[in-house]
Amino acid sequence: MKKHTHLKQLEYESIQILREAAAESENPVMLYSVGKDSAVMLHLAKKAFFPSPPPFPLLHVDTTWKFQEMYKLREKAAKDAGMELLVHKNQEAVDKGINPFDHGSLHTDMWKTEGLKQALDKHGFDLAFGGARRDEEKSRAKERIFSFRSKNHGWDPKNQRPELWSLYNTRKNKGESIRVFPLSNWTELDIWQYIYMENIEIVPLYLSEMRPTVERDGMIVMVDDDRFPLEPGEVPVQRSIRFRTLGCYPLTGAVESTAKTLPEVIQEMLLTTTSERQGRAIDKDASATMEKKKQEGYF
Amino acid sequence: MTDNAYRPDALIAENVEEYLNTHLEKTMLRFITCGSVDDGKSTLIGRLLYDSKMIFEDQLAALEDESKAGGTQGQDIDFALLVDGLAAEREQGITIDVAYRFFATEKRKFIVADTPGHEQYTRNMVTGASDSQLAVILIDARKGILTQTRRHSYLVNLLGIKNIVLAVNKMDLVDYDQATYDQIVSDYRVFADSIGIAEFTAMPISGFKGDNIASVSENTPWYNGITLMNHLETVDVGEDVRQSGPLRFPVQWVNRPNLDFRGFSGQIASGVVKPGDEIRVLPSGKTSTIKSIVTMDGDLEQASAGASVTLTFNDEIDCSRGDVICAAADPAEAADSFEATLVWMDEHEMLPGRSYVMKIGTQSVNATVQHPKYRVDVNSIEQLAAKTLQLNDIGVCSLTTDKRVVFESYNDIARGGHELGGFILIDKMTNATVAAGMLNFALRRSDNVHWQATEVDRTAHANLKNQKPMVLWFTGLSGSGKSTIANEVEKKLHLMNRHTFLLDGDNVRHGLNKDLGFTEADRVENIRRIGEVSKLMVEAGLIVLTAFISPFRGERRMVREMLPEAEFVEIYIETPLEVAEKRDVKGLYKKARAGELKNFTGIDSPYEAPTNPEIRLDTTTQTPEEAAQKVIAWLFDSSNQS
Repeated sequence: MKKHTHLKQLEYESIQILREAAAESENPVMLYSVGKDSAVMLHLAKKAFFPSPPPFPLLHVDTTWKFQEMYKLREKAAKDAGMELLVHKNQEAVDKGINPFDHGSLHTDMWKTEGLKQALDKHGFDLAFGGARRDEEKSRAKERIFSFRSKNHGWDPKNQRPELWSLYNTRKNKGESIRVFPLSNWTELDIWQYIYMENIEIVPLYLSEMRPTVERDGMIVMVDDDRFPLEPGEVPVQRSIRFRTLGCYPLTGAVESTAKTLPEVIQEMLLTTTSERQGRAIDKDASATMEKKKQEGYF
Repeated sequence: MTDNAYRPDALIAENVEEYLNTHLEKTMLRFITCGSVDDGKSTLIGRLLYDSKMIFEDQLAALEDESKAGGTQGQDIDFALLVDGLAAEREQGITIDVAYRFFATEKRKFIVADTPGHEQYTRNMVTGASDSQLAVILIDARKGILTQTRRHSYLVNLLGIKNIVLAVNKMDLVDYDQATYDQIVSDYRVFADSIGIAEFTAMPISGFKGDNIASVSENTPWYNGITLMNHLETVDVGEDVRQSGPLRFPVQWVNRPNLDFRGFSGQIASGVVKPGDEIRVLPSGKTSTIKSIVTMDGDLEQASAGASVTLTFNDEIDCSRGDVICAAADPAEAADSFEATLVWMDEHEMLPGRSYVMKIGTQSVNATVQHPKYRVDVNSIEQLAAKTLQLNDIGVCSLTTDKRVVFESYNDIARGGHELGGFILIDKMTNATVAAGMLNFALRRSDNVHWQATEVDRTAHANLKNQKPMVLWFTGLSGSGKSTIANEVEKKLHLMNRHTFLLDGDNVRHGLNKDLGFTEADRVENIRRIGEVSKLMVEAGLIVLTAFISPFRGERRMVREMLPEAEFVEIYIETPLEVAEKRDVKGLYKKARAGELKNFTGIDSPYEAPTNPEIRLDTTTQTPEEAAQKVIAWLFDSSNQS
């Protein structure tokens, strides 16, 4: 009998995790960021419950600063999956006009960290799927697949449960919740290969094209709409760029590239590599940042 | 620097699609590395990552800087820096059982379980080894086989890992001396035989210099074997074994999108399944045949161990989460009493008799563990007597469950042993995972004691006595007034022609439980026995009154769960410690304060007050007579008794 390939094994494992989590929770939700990892996670959820639609809604914690192409795919992906799409915007951040240009790290804190907590509390979700992977960063290598959060969404690193075999202890007290990471054991290369193999729809921004850009702090940033504050007299430059990760457009660094197809992107990635999160401004602080963000409730 | 052949730059550059297609055929291997930092474990993992080109340029640049600044290898790259970082986290008190690392070659993707080799080794190693298919046991060539080598080997073997690599590391520091290497291998063979490891693959390496890691070393011309990387790429991971056995399919989720479709979703633990196959659903034993194997990519002709699929049957038979779909001709067994090997993982010791949640496959049941038959000293591999198990202890125990569990022996991998024989125990109060376990075999005892289907049943007993049987469970501190009030209540019920029986310390401690002391474990067993006796008496139609301190919520809950709903009435005598101690009818508090009595509740042993008892009695404002009247009123006013 033919052996299972590594991508099939990863797929089977993720499906097992998705089903366990759904079977043992009362009100699950899938956090959907519209990025490539979310795309793979959503695809796996469709497979796990086929022919039923996944038995939970998608939740997008919106910052209002995502790329326009992400908003387009968001609506389409939910519709194709037959799933309800919930969009949450932190009203306080809306009122205060919090933005990445004037507010620095407060932007992430309020829109994402606070916004996520609000959304989870509002709907009473007791389990949330997230697309984080262990290979993204050194500090994530030890993360559990099922990660427990207190009533206040705090992550208590001293109180996490050992995970043996494929058995997950999902018991919790009222008010506590679980974050589940079905892609824990996938690497960036696995994600790309799987997208290629399964022909999964991703935001076109991952592929190179001529796009209007400016440079900020050594980073190439795309001018995605007219909210971008240009210097007096500054005119965006057309560059052939693509993105390795997608977040808020003013905070996401592009790479100059001519890779217009998925195989070409993978080729570039394999030949000239810098580790993935380098392009994201949020990670440029001290290395303990991630740990701190996690304790505050951000993924 | 070692050359390596793991980055086919040429093919990536020339024809990436062809490269991608070859990569879509890769397999996967999960392995664990065993050893401490001193053995060069981090260096070896860092080297594997580096040699398989999993290190990105920015990481490498950072690494070179760090190596010069703080590394231990002079001007060379300190590979250990790539994977360390656990030390700092440990200082912050963050629990790390296992850190996972990833790398890949043309042939395989690898997931490395890296466990810190410090004090928590047993818990961590067992966690990391539980889903590993191979273990690399690292030995420092200068030191040979150490206590920790034995410990690591024992644990790896216990968890059923069949592929063991004995990596004799730091060969550069013993001048690549063959005699040193041969001696270590032959010493290890003797030890391996003694603990039942039949086979292992030995190789001389240097993680630091790269010898025999990715390319054959010129420094060891006397070594005829393959490199570590080559071995990892080609070793058989046992998929054939899992496929060779009978079908085992634990049902995770019933898939019911509409009235026309009813499928059972899960991951195949062993065997192969095809449409038309005869199956038997356990524990019910109902049979049918497979109609289809459903996936989003279309129905399959067949599926094998490891695959996550959805099965449909040709007949409508009951099947739900927790059931196991088996090959009809060779089904699994179901039992409720087992011998199991337990690895204790919690700060709180095991309490024999306490009811824990047992999760095995997709089944969750209540389980109680008996006193260990023995525990194993993982350093000397000796069997020692034990009354309980502490954090990081390993022991063999009998275990009973409240429902029949569909299982296989853990070691029988061809029959889904890991999926249907590996389990965890969960504390019901803290929800912590307190133990990992492996079922060895079912104890035949329970099979032979068939439940006697009595014709005069519990309803008949109760009807004759014209009453509703129940347990009135009085709990509270010593001297709170439990026995006094229980006695008053019994007198009143007796006058009302009710058939009662009062269990208290006097008639239980002197007989049934005279072998038990006052340790936490003995207190749990004490309550378990009282619970079982009460249950029998309730079935005989009696109203049972019990007067025991019963300090732990877990045990009171256990008794509650033994009985049908509404037949367990918890009565909390809410007397404060100062009041009870002042009364000190039996002079026990005085002795306890003087240190003459150990484990005295309220003094040096905790009392966990009920959070939601049916009845609360305050003896500081009520006389025993008034309190008893309140119980009677509760029983009759709320028509709990007719």
